[in-house]
Amino acid sequence: MAEQALSDVKVLDLSWHIAGPYCTKLLAGLGAEVVKIERPGQGDPARSIGPFFNDEPHPEKSGLFHHLNTGKKSITLNLKSSTGKNIFLQLVQEADILVENFSPGVMAGFGLTYEVLEELNPKLVMTSISNFGSSGPYRDYKMTEIVAQALGGLMYITGDLDRVPLKPVGSQAQYQAGLNSFVGTMAAFYGANGTGIGQYVESSIMETMNSILEYSLLEYLYQGRIEVRKGNKGAAHPWGMYFCKDGYIGIAVVGKLWDRLVEWIDTPEIRSESIDSIVKRVFNRDEVDAALYPFFMDHTREEIYHQGQERKIPISLVRSPEDLVNAPQYRARGFWVDIDHPETGTLTYPGAPAIMSETPWQTIRPPLLGEHNEEIYCNRLGYTKEDLVKLKEMSII
Amino acid sequence: MSQLPLEGIRVLDHGVIWAGPWVGKLLADFGAEVIKVESIQNYDASRGPIAGISGLGIYPDMDPGERPYNRRGPFQYWNQNKCGITIDLSRPRGLQIYHRLVQISDVVTVNFPTDVIEKLKLDYDSLKEVKPDIIVLSMPAYGAIGPEKNYRAFGMSQEQMSGIAMILGYSAESGPMKSGMDYGDPTAAASAAGMIIAALHYRKKTGKGQWIDVSQSEATTMLIGEAMMDFTMNRRTWERMGNRHPSMAPHGCYRCRGGDEPPDDRWVAIAVSSDKEWRAFAKAIGSPKWTADEKFSTLLGRLENQDELDRLIEEWTIQHEDHEVMTLLQKAGVPAGAVLNGKAIVENPHLEKRDFFQTGSHPQVGTMRHPGPIVKMTKTPITIKRLAPALGEHNEYVLGKLLGMSGKEIEELERERIIGDTPLPGADKMS
Repeated sequence: MAEQALSDVKVLDLSWHIAGPYCTKLLAGLGAEVVKIERPGQGDPARSIGPFFNDEPHPEKSGLFHHLNTGKKSITLNLKSSTGKNIFLQLVQEADILVENFSPGVMAGFGLTYEVLEELNPKLVMTSISNFGSSGPYRDYKMTEIVAQALGGLMYITGDLDRVPLKPVGSQAQYQAGLNSFVGTMAAFYGANGTGIGQYVESSIMETMNSILEYSLLEYLYQGRIEVRKGNKGAAHPWGMYFCKDGYIGIAVVGKLWDRLVEWIDTPEIRSESIDSIVKRVFNRDEVDAALYPFFMDHTREEIYHQGQERKIPISLVRSPEDLVNAPQYRARGFWVDIDHPETGTLTYPGAPAIMSETPWQTIRPPLLGEHNEEIYCNRLGYTKEDLVKLKEMSII
Repeated sequence: MSQLPLEGIRVLDHGVIWAGPWVGKLLADFGAEVIKVESIQNYDASRGPIAGISGLGIYPDMDPGERPYNRRGPFQYWNQNKCGITIDLSRPRGLQIYHRLVQISDVVTVNFPTDVIEKLKLDYDSLKEVKPDIIVLSMPAYGAIGPEKNYRAFGMSQEQMSGIAMILGYSAESGPMKSGMDYGDPTAAASAAGMIIAALHYRKKTGKGQWIDVSQSEATTMLIGEAMMDFTMNRRTWERMGNRHPSMAPHGCYRCRGGDEPPDDRWVAIAVSSDKEWRAFAKAIGSPKWTADEKFSTLLGRLENQDELDRLIEEWTIQHEDHEVMTLLQKAGVPAGAVLNGKAIVENPHLEKRDFFQTGSHPQVGTMRHPGPIVKMTKTPITIKRLAPALGEHNEYVLGKLLGMSGKEIEELERERIIGDTPLPGADKMS
């Protein structure tokens, strides 16, 4: 196995559900040893959230858990017991990075604040991800994804103005917090690696979304305007998604791209004087669409996509998961990875978010609950197999 | 400890629009010296047009000023904490100077289309010749490797190509929707930024640089991995389901009272994830008779009768203000959040208490507030040291101080229009 970018980096992962695990999944893909510490018995609650393989609810068959935990090692440990806590502290001494996404105050309840851990291991980078951060009036508010998107600001601007604001798909706010915590963690680690001094990195899911808004906050901060929902409309036209012979395509046309589009479609309607300038097209959107539809309905998605791109017009495909699994570009780049797993057999997983030439990303199968107890407790920390039995009887692992 | 974690790292940032510049913004916030490279022949289109129009675009107090391209809000935010130079890479003299700059840099980031990257000789193979341990990020639409490497995209295209748009919408019938922003941009950018730092760590260990190639679409698909797994495991394609949730009810966005801009556009999101929360919800809203209806007492019943349930809930929410509903329900332990618009976020008391917004200044812009960084760092707090660079603002610093060129040489370059601070006609047209 080639040396990876983070092969020498040790990560302790107390995180669960989505945000923290996405952060540590990225660290694992880059080669870090990520030891995921799960609660004895149930483990990460994501293990009980679908989709499940063959729709059979089972802790080793959750597609959500599988996707978010590739490349990690799993041990079980009860941090509420003093023995469990002591074992954790032993692990902390060797770690470079600790990631957790408990509610604020939970780590302090365990007696595991950054101040305590820093004493043991000054180079430790500790990343805490929480819903609203460790302070402020919302600190203890409850959050689900739709609440995060509401307070994050993306929901208000998503959807049609005359309809209800729309929640973005899946768990985007939580993923974004994980993704951006990954960047913050990497930066802090890089600094700590140079100076020998770690630090505490704090991520708030709400603030992550606020921070990555494109225009809404700037509109208000710069000129006191409120950005509203625009549906699928853009400032220019055509701009949006169109139905064609066999599905939807996306099109965005500004500036000189219009001339290329006219040349390609080449009908009297598209050459009409009433839509021959950017301003006219914005005022006569329906006429533009009427000129486009006959052409689109006459062609398949793939035809429109490739023919348009050949003319350097940024046509896109509105793709389903099936389209993506078969997409030539994704396949050529090795995005999809087949991984064998003892409980599900071989499944296709999303692989790397990027290609690295020297230190290729690796997608290794997600761990079974407590799969690495023996490796970490016996081989690493020197406990005997008898000790493990005792720890198990005491419900510590 | 005051030194930011990436201090000492130098990045040449060729980013345009949002995705590329956002990579540099993240690295600059964490302390890297990020030099934005543009030219007076062709600048980052997010500067907006050379001649700004009042009321169009986002300028301080709606005033484009004399040099609008140095004042546009999104450009300011996406390029804060950076230096900026202009250099015409298409001419040999410009490229030669640029190469000297590459030799004293650690990272080069580019998000032009692949054919443009190659034409400008900003591809990894070319730059590696100049500096063997350089780290190069290429981030064209769909990656610089593969049969579609020259394909073009806008931010919106990434939502469609990544699989997000297909499952975003009010219903199966009403068609796919775009989100309210170019979602693929910050997503790909953050993935890239983290991987660049990982590559820097690897270089520290081994002395080797490398090439990082990001497909914005793939980086975005990662964020709906479970939907992809549902397909690869079960051949299931998720349906567009508006604000509903397969295992929570009520789960939605409900109209509230009031709001003046735009009129009557206040909403609250409510998610009831258990029967216990349902009982708490019913009690919090004063236990109106309908909440006692047997059919709403179980999750299955609530899921089956969601249309009616949503209607009844909205009859209540419409009588109250969004923040009032949020506070009331949160007190009762029910997840709820006001659907905040830009103004409401800027004025939000929670963010204010946490000092989320930060202030920065620039002589051509004034003093502005920007959203805070993506994370808080305790020992090395991230601040806005400067707003975005005016076009060519740091030519003298970079060419003079970093490369040791004489004032005379720099003047000559200005005369030849290899560098400068005033855009030539057409510089605002995206290549």
